[in-house]
Amino acid sequence: MSANYEDRNRNYEDRQRNYDNDDDGDRGRGGRGGRRIHRRRICRFCIEKVDIIDFKDLRLLSNYVPERGKILPRRISGNCAIHQRMLAEAIKRARNIALLPYTTD
Amino acid sequence: MAGLRQYEVLFIVDPTADDDEVAKITDTFTQIITDQGGTITRAETLGRRQLAYEILRKKEGIFIDIELEGSGKEIAELERRMRVNDRVLRYLTVRLDEERQRAEKFKDKRARKAAKRPFGAGQSARRGTSDFAPAAADEASEG
Repeated sequence: MSANYEDRNRNYEDRQRNYDNDDDGDRGRGGRGGRRIHRRRICRFCIEKVDIIDFKDLRLLSNYVPERGKILPRRISGNCAIHQRMLAEAIKRARNIALLPYTTD
Repeated sequence: MAGLRQYEVLFIVDPTADDDEVAKITDTFTQIITDQGGTITRAETLGRRQLAYEILRKKEGIFIDIELEGSGKEIAELERRMRVNDRVLRYLTVRLDEERQRAEKFKDKRARKAAKRPFGAGQSARRGTSDFAPAAADEASEG
């Protein structure tokens, strides 16, 4: 991809450490420097066969809401489109009833 | 149409309300639902918890969750009442039947897919990824 893409990616990567995104844990090579990591796209929800994402399940949702309160993009989480959509919906519902923040500052 | 709709209503009651008042409020709401011809399938107090942001200067609230089945009339009435009631800080109604239907569809699809290629694991699960889902195998596909 373009250099731009890589940059954005890198930004997230540093923060990502905090949010148990274990999906990149096994990519042994590519420490700092030669950043040509090919991230495996694995949708965790598909693997676990999740059909409904409950908006009350904060333990699950908070994995996909970084500190800033934004929804973690699919680019980073590796979710499939269907599940990302479900997840986004759930997060938005949770925000509406004050289970999750809209913003944090 | 025909079939009844399933809803989940989650609402937040003012944290200054004591247990009695919370019970009273839930009672009136359940009453409204049954009066309108709905049936309650689950009612649960999730208790007092921190709000993610302030609502009307309140930092916490008492969360109450009701699942019900009905035509939709109950919801209209219930929401009207909740809007007027100033002890209710916020409410959220969600259609459950549609979601559950969709979930069924996914399940069907998966079953069909699994039937189509019995040795399904194949290329998709070639790398035994991280620590979760020990028996992941067949459905990692697509992405």
